[in-house]
Amino acid sequence: MIELEGLTKRYGSKVAVDQLSFQVRPGVVTGFLGPNGAGKSTTMRMLLDLDNPTSGSVRIDGKHYRELAEPLKYIGALLDAKAMHGGRTAYNNLLCLAQSNRIPAARVSEVLDTVGLTAVAKKKAKGFSLGMGQRLGIASALLGDPEILMFDEPVNGLDPEGIHWIRNLMKQLAGEGRTIFVSSHLMSEMALTADHLIVIGQGRLLADTSMADFIRQNSRSFVRLRSPQWERLLDVLHQAGVPFLQTGDGAIEVDNGRIEALGELAAQHQLVLHELSGQQASLEEAFMQMTAGSVEYHAHGATTPGGPPAAPPDRGGAQEPPRWGARGQDKGV
Amino acid sequence: MASVPAVLKSEWTKIRTVSSTTWTLACALIVTVAIGAALCALMRSQFDDLGPAERLTFDPTLISFSGMILGQLAMVVFGVLVVGTEYSSGMIRSSLAAVPRRGTFLFSKLAVATLLALVVGLVTSFVTFFLGQALLGPHRTTIGAPNVLRAVVGAGLYMALIALFSMGVAAMLRSSMLSLGILMPFFFLISQILSAVPGAKTVARYFPDRAGSQIMQVVPDAMNSDPAPYGPWGGLGIMALWVIAALAGGYLVLRHRDA
Amino acid sequence: MIEAVGLTKRYGAKTAVHNLSFQVRPGTVTGFLGPNGSGKSTTMRMILGLDRPTSGHVTIGGHPFRGLPNAPRQVGALLDAKAVHGGRSARSHLLSLAQLAGIPARRVDEVLGVVGLQQVAKQRSKGFSLGMGQRLGIAAALLGDPQVLLFDEPVNGLDPEGILWVRNLMKQLAAEGRTVFVSSHLMSEMAVTAEHLIVIGRGQLLADMSVKDFISHNSADFARVRAPGTDPAQREKLTSALTEAGGQVLPEPDGALRVTGLPLPRISEVAHEADVRLWELSPHQASLEEAYMRMTQGAVDYRSTADQKAGLQPAVPPGYAPPPVIPDVPQQGWYAPPPPGQNPYAAGPPQAPVHPPLGSDAVRQPDPQAPARPAPRPPAAPPVPQAPDTPAAPTTPEDAR
Repeated sequence: MIELEGLTKRYGSKVAVDQLSFQVRPGVVTGFLGPNGAGKSTTMRMLLDLDNPTSGSVRIDGKHYRELAEPLKYIGALLDAKAMHGGRTAYNNLLCLAQSNRIPAARVSEVLDTVGLTAVAKKKAKGFSLGMGQRLGIASALLGDPEILMFDEPVNGLDPEGIHWIRNLMKQLAGEGRTIFVSSHLMSEMALTADHLIVIGQGRLLADTSMADFIRQNSRSFVRLRSPQWERLLDVLHQAGVPFLQTGDGAIEVDNGRIEALGELAAQHQLVLHELSGQQASLEEAFMQMTAGSVEYHAHGATTPGGPPAAPPDRGGAQEPPRWGARGQDKGV
Repeated sequence: MASVPAVLKSEWTKIRTVSSTTWTLACALIVTVAIGAALCALMRSQFDDLGPAERLTFDPTLISFSGMILGQLAMVVFGVLVVGTEYSSGMIRSSLAAVPRRGTFLFSKLAVATLLALVVGLVTSFVTFFLGQALLGPHRTTIGAPNVLRAVVGAGLYMALIALFSMGVAAMLRSSMLSLGILMPFFFLISQILSAVPGAKTVARYFPDRAGSQIMQVVPDAMNSDPAPYGPWGGLGIMALWVIAALAGGYLVLRHRDA
Repeated sequence: MIEAVGLTKRYGAKTAVHNLSFQVRPGTVTGFLGPNGSGKSTTMRMILGLDRPTSGHVTIGGHPFRGLPNAPRQVGALLDAKAVHGGRSARSHLLSLAQLAGIPARRVDEVLGVVGLQQVAKQRSKGFSLGMGQRLGIAAALLGDPQVLLFDEPVNGLDPEGILWVRNLMKQLAAEGRTVFVSSHLMSEMAVTAEHLIVIGRGQLLADMSVKDFISHNSADFARVRAPGTDPAQREKLTSALTEAGGQVLPEPDGALRVTGLPLPRISEVAHEADVRLWELSPHQASLEEAYMRMTQGAVDYRSTADQKAGLQPAVPPGYAPPPVIPDVPQQGWYAPPPPGQNPYAAGPPQAPVHPPLGSDAVRQPDPQAPARPAPRPPAAPPVPQAPDTPAAPTTPEDAR
């Protein structure tokens, strides 16, 4: 369990983190989202007592970080893949961390094996690719078999096999009752991994809610219907007073419709349905909706002579769900 | 409170598993011994060309430590790298997450590194001394002569203190490049030049290397140098004050700045 | 148009790329996929003339890269966000590139605007975050307004807003008729960006087809069907009717049925004939990730294993027995759709699983004997089959560089 209370960090006149209070609970994967510059990294660094808060406090299982005698046994963190000495071998990098917390050396080989780096354990870390560095960082987080784990952008540089692995690892660790706190910019990845979300923007808490609630509150959900008896379906919906939308490809969408009620309605009228599916927006859409306005670097859709490939304007995304919803948003995909 | 023996062990692992430790310390030893030996050999052949004042204050012990001027630079590199690479590699974040008590972390690191520097420093000073005396031939002194043992042991202490001073500076500046960029010219050029400039001399005398190297003199005002206002131990004490100041600065920076 | 013919690259005894032939066509975004060490970067470097092929050749618009007249005007590439002199400002970096290629300085400010870096244009790129470096790299790629663009992991370090922007940018560039070749490890991102895929593993071509075909070739689609929730008899009836009609039916943890082998209209018909009302009838397509996993298994260099946790003292503080079961019906839609049958790592063709499907629920279902680790479903391949997969020299040229 991690508890933040009124955590604030100022750099001169700039407030990076502003009165942040939340709890990260055991047993679930908690996602930590926010645009670049929202204060995610600063918050994570304050959780590890690397940065001093201007005010407020963080407690790890009720204690201040500096009160933890052997912190690696309570909390393991992957902050960035570069937090290792390049001139030292992977094994020795972990060994000196392990020794400082009286973790047996055998555990070092074990975590290297867990992350799949046994073959390069005796190689210097400076030759590692980003993905290998990331695995080494994950190994260091697992070193003390801690009850709390924190990962900052864990899939950075990993290949699909690695992404799949770390995702399942986090879920499994949460399933064992541990506290998992993970930040990521990859919404599709978060949607697959996290159960609970904490969203910040410009240093302030924007949301602290379950994944499902977050999406429900920040985007549109609808039921999609398809039928060979299209005209009759329209009539029936019309008569029942259900508002609907027709999409170009012959489907009908009912906003906030209850799927069971629509199924019953169709059955009553002996309508043949070829599709009756509940659809929700993706986490990405919901996130874009919520954080609009708290983004630091905007790409610009400068349309200039010579036809530069102008980027579409920043916020457009949330308004055109069918496009990127199309493949990714079917329930569960 | 983290267990200090565990942290010491961890720091020892850190120091022995990087190659820079080996090459900086080897460099300190070889350079000091080689240059000391070369100068001793030169002195022996040139002794008769020395002025009478120099001949009167001829200090065979000090001559054999001539290589220190360059050898100490390797010690500076050693000290700077021990602390600086924590920052340049980003390891500092992992280290502090594992040992959140800044004092335990820093002083364990310094203790291990300084002990190692002291051992290497003592080996260097004894080897240099005996080799130098052998090469000085008729002008040599012996380890049993008054104050000579003090000077030889002091030379080892001097090297350890130079390393420790560099560690403190690196902890304050949090960067290897910056620390080397300041310390190398300081010890190699500025301190040497200022102590030759009449007006600056009196100030330069209190620089850590100037003051500390007094311990290596056996003959007062050796080689017709200007008399110092402090004795050998007084000089080393002045150097120790510099070291303490650097360490205090390093500790305060580590404690109060964000890692 | 990029065309590779018999492209091969050997480093000593190790073959990084072996006899690779493919075409990247204009007008579509082509994804370039493969596990770490499969030769993706090497291939990209050969396309750009940075590495010389051991044999075979690769051309851009019919010319080898080094033979292109004024290459920066024709080919733009983002290979590595760090390939920038840190001491220079973003603007002067781009300016120096522009001057080399005879591109007017005005264009520099244009692309800075396109990538959203104009406020920091005068700052040294040393202080840039990964995401800002990535934007600078994209600006450099766009500088010559080229017809052919190569991006290696373009969304690395970008925030969600930036990811969305890059995705739309690439689609737009392709829609303008340009050739866009993108490598990425993020399958979910590729699934919504690319139309065509080139997949390599261990330096060899594994697939060259449309995303749609790739998914349907490498996984099975299914339908989720739900009978009125209150009535188990209806569900039984529907199950037997569907089975009779030739479908494979598996129960889902929330009471729905997963049907493979029958198209949706047929399911509707069968239900109607059996007189079962439907509360859900939704099509599901497997994800690109699953399809990819299925195809590339065995071509992976670093394989993770389950954490053994032997060396540690009393493995678990007894505080955590079985974790609380979180009611997960509302969330379950957000897990990967259960692969038809089984774990993508399991060998063999898809077949009906004996256990309850590995869906959303199974993953989080706590084991009553939680402390008995490793957990029932280790997150990765068990250690044993690792041996044949781990090459003798694991530091591949791609990784070590």
